[in-house]
Amino acid sequence: MATVKEQTVRPREKPEHVRHTELGKPVTLLEAIREALWEEMERDPTVFLLGEDIGSYGGAFKVTEGFLDYFGADRVMDTPISEAGFTGAAAGAAHMGMRPIVEMQFMDFVSCAYEPLTNYVATSRWRGSGPVPLVVRGPVGGGVRGGPFHSQNPEMAFFHTPGLKIVYPATAHDAKGLLKAAIRDDDPVLYFEHKKLYRLPALRETLPNEDFVVPLGQARVHREGKDITVVAYGMMVHESQRAAEQLEQEDGLQIEILDLRTLLPLDDDAIVQSVRKTNRLLVVHEDTRTGGIAGEIALRVSERAFEWLDAPILRVTAIDTPVPYSPPLEDYFLPQVSDIVTACRYLAKY
Amino acid sequence: MINDSAVAAGVSAGGLGRAQLHELYHYLQLTRQVEQALTNLYRQNKVIGGLYRSLGQEATAVGAVYALRRRTDGTGDVLAPAIRNLGSLLLMGAPPAEVLRQYMAKGNSPTAGREQNVHITDYQRGYLAPISHLGTMIEILAGVALSFRMRGERRVALGFSGDGATSTGAFHEGFNFAAVQRAPLVVIIENNRYAYSTPIERQTACESFIEKAGGYGVWSECCDGNDVLAVFGMTRRAVERARAGEGAALLEVITYRRKGHAEHDPQHYVPAEELKHWQERDPVDAFERRLLAEGWATPDELETIRARVAEQVERARDQAESSPMPEPEGALYPVYGDAEIARPWTRLSLPDPHLA
Repeated sequence: MATVKEQTVRPREKPEHVRHTELGKPVTLLEAIREALWEEMERDPTVFLLGEDIGSYGGAFKVTEGFLDYFGADRVMDTPISEAGFTGAAAGAAHMGMRPIVEMQFMDFVSCAYEPLTNYVATSRWRGSGPVPLVVRGPVGGGVRGGPFHSQNPEMAFFHTPGLKIVYPATAHDAKGLLKAAIRDDDPVLYFEHKKLYRLPALRETLPNEDFVVPLGQARVHREGKDITVVAYGMMVHESQRAAEQLEQEDGLQIEILDLRTLLPLDDDAIVQSVRKTNRLLVVHEDTRTGGIAGEIALRVSERAFEWLDAPILRVTAIDTPVPYSPPLEDYFLPQVSDIVTACRYLAKY
Repeated sequence: MINDSAVAAGVSAGGLGRAQLHELYHYLQLTRQVEQALTNLYRQNKVIGGLYRSLGQEATAVGAVYALRRRTDGTGDVLAPAIRNLGSLLLMGAPPAEVLRQYMAKGNSPTAGREQNVHITDYQRGYLAPISHLGTMIEILAGVALSFRMRGERRVALGFSGDGATSTGAFHEGFNFAAVQRAPLVVIIENNRYAYSTPIERQTACESFIEKAGGYGVWSECCDGNDVLAVFGMTRRAVERARAGEGAALLEVITYRRKGHAEHDPQHYVPAEELKHWQERDPVDAFERRLLAEGWATPDELETIRARVAEQVERARDQAESSPMPEPEGALYPVYGDAEIARPWTRLSLPDPHLA
């Protein structure tokens, strides 16, 4: 077996595909994530990556393409197929002063690491075992015909666990800034990347050619409006945007879209502030309905802004089944723009 | 190791000098007497929750940890005990009063009452609190060892696993990762024949647990877990190998759990003659006989050690008993590091407190 040091051949040049922002070119959401990883690894020698096929293969979605040659096998570590094992190991390394970033090849497989994440990692600080600065990131979401085990949105399986942070960006800018913030954060962060947004041309944007972070725990007004608040995250921010444009044209409604960006801790101040302006609330998530974040948001708004509501709180979500494979079935499963339009019209008329 | 000229048979004493042999005896006694104090406190309802004894297997924790580089400045080897390795914490420097407070859920325990028994972390002394999910600490330690290897630090991680925990996926995933990465991780499988009430025959189809070492491609060794010098010697070989960059090791010690799973368990499932057989092989008694027979200690010296330990334990018990319970709001200890989002949630949030 070759030793790690023999494999470490470090070229001088930073490859072109991680220099888009430096060269003033726009980046996709995936490229923004790649740049964030690269820049953080250059900034901080304790940052390292581990996961399945992330080395010479560059990851299933090529997020870490070119990293191995530059950073070496100790910092871009291919692991055995053992999500629990390498997530737990990342926690141990974090205890010793490292900043590991774990890639789940698909976030569907993070369920295999539910045990170390919820029992060990999330509780560590409170138990007196110190912080666990660790990021677990990977692709999520449906609409790519991936079937039940390559399409999941498992965020709410972890939302119930105090001690974890959950981030789910919708734009390239936020993807980069939030990932940098997550890596620098002293707490464990689950970072969700919608695979359908990875290379979406419409999401290309030119990012500031400087180091920036987007603070965790702060929602963002994606679109301003006065009539209805739509709270969404990930892919559903963009589906809500399409619905909002249609509603503006056809109904003259001004929809405000709030992109949560961070699910845990949840920015209820931003939600309440928007609801006090519009008096109507719709929550949209690609995750399934029962136990989805809409339930938690509805209760917090009920606690803090009940008297500001002019209509019942509604939600548009996936149906309570596994994610189906065949296109007609998956489209039936996923929230559609037409659902959001219908829900907003109901709220407007109420 | 310093070879004391007073030790005639240096080889059979594992290269240990007289003072070191006495130190081993001290820690065997300390483990047993602290646990005996805990049992008494448990019967007075002063130990909260269950109490898991290591009676009859104290030599495992003490012998193994004696082979580690023990430091108090966070630069030594790192250990994660299992539930029956209280002795390992004592040897790493945990003060007995601290340990007793932890078992008694006191407000000034190392975890301020939030956690229990051996679930104590001290990065300076080098031990990590285990969680109750078995096998998980092998994953954690794989990462600890990995970070040592990545940074070129000549430090070793040591994990204890019961025989039952070897059946978990976590054990396999963690240990396999360490083996593949040639990380300096030494895992000791403490085969005490029972996982709660389940005998080893229902845990594995292997003849012995180190048969599994071949499946991981690692070095392995097995010894009598009731012989403190054998455990020390075996662990030292594995630890020094790992320290030299030769990778992970899987060790097994054969011992026996002489109490039930916890104090509430009368262990009806254990044959009486089996208990008697192992009682005759008590590790503390055995070491005492050995020390005397080899001329490594006099009866007076051993009596002095026992008395000193008894006094130490009594003082620790007084300190622990007089310690306060935690304030209830201590439960709100932050789960996050950044203060501005570590807002405490409350059991009840009234939208308008004036209406209550």
